[in-house]
Amino acid sequence: MPHDHLSPSGHPYRADNDAPLTYWQTMEIAVRELLIEKGHITAEDVHAQIDAMDARSPAMGAAVVARAWTDADFKRQLLDDGSAACRDMGFDIGPMHLIALENTADIHNVVVCTLCSCYPRNLLGLPPDWYKSREYRSRTVREPRKVLAEFGLTLPDTVTVRVHDSTADMRYLVVPARPAGTEGLDADALAALVTRDSMIGVGIAKQPGA
Amino acid sequence: MEYFGKRWHDMGGDPAGDINPDQHDFALWEKRVDALMVLSSAKGLMNTDSLRRVLEDMGPDAYETMSYYERWIASVTQNMVEAGAFSPEELAAKMEAVKQRGGTYGAAT
Repeated sequence: MPHDHLSPSGHPYRADNDAPLTYWQTMEIAVRELLIEKGHITAEDVHAQIDAMDARSPAMGAAVVARAWTDADFKRQLLDDGSAACRDMGFDIGPMHLIALENTADIHNVVVCTLCSCYPRNLLGLPPDWYKSREYRSRTVREPRKVLAEFGLTLPDTVTVRVHDSTADMRYLVVPARPAGTEGLDADALAALVTRDSMIGVGIAKQPGA
Repeated sequence: MEYFGKRWHDMGGDPAGDINPDQHDFALWEKRVDALMVLSSAKGLMNTDSLRRVLEDMGPDAYETMSYYERWIASVTQNMVEAGAFSPEELAAKMEAVKQRGGTYGAAT
């Protein structure tokens, strides 16, 4: 049966189990089975790792941002040592060094990995396809305002745009500016306004009711 | 445009076209590749740097012709052979056995 329908997330499934077996899929199966047969890993390890990967989503990063919006001490801690602050919230961010970048009325931060696809995957899940594309990697450091405009974010010239280039060992999380008119909202309601794109810096947080 | 001393993967600043916002949900085999990288790294058989070293040595053609996780499984495999986790002969024999199981990923896995 072809996968011609959309997944629950609204994205098309990639041709998978029913398409002709490719060379690289054959290699994945072979490598996985050899590593299991040789005792390096177990089948359960693979299941558990995929479960853990599937459980990660931008909601984790959104919870961090919402807490920073509502807890000044936490925000200071987050900006001072992003890794430690996220661990304190119970998020297993692995060995990566996380740097939080605060967007303000005057400064807008945006994150790219020009060399590869480095991304705070333990906090936001796996990166979107475009983040790994030649177009985003090449252009974001050269013409960030134009790139942001393509994402629907046009910033006035009075706002400084800072582009941060990730490395294998250092990942960035943008803390978007808290939207106006959200004074009465609690952290859970605020977290719902924090999009993945706003934490990469190609978007801003949503307005309540938007 | 050529830059002296700049390798192909160092794309920052290169001219490029519009960004394609389309996304796909990862297939099971892609998630498994990702898991194999994470797990074999946790076991000390490779690390992020060795993953990238092989990816970058593949050259620009691989970036254009192979998908993201195709490049990753190629790199993971190279790293596993270098680490002595299995031999090229064992890999070849296992891949041949996998192919004999059926013509789809679902049948062969």
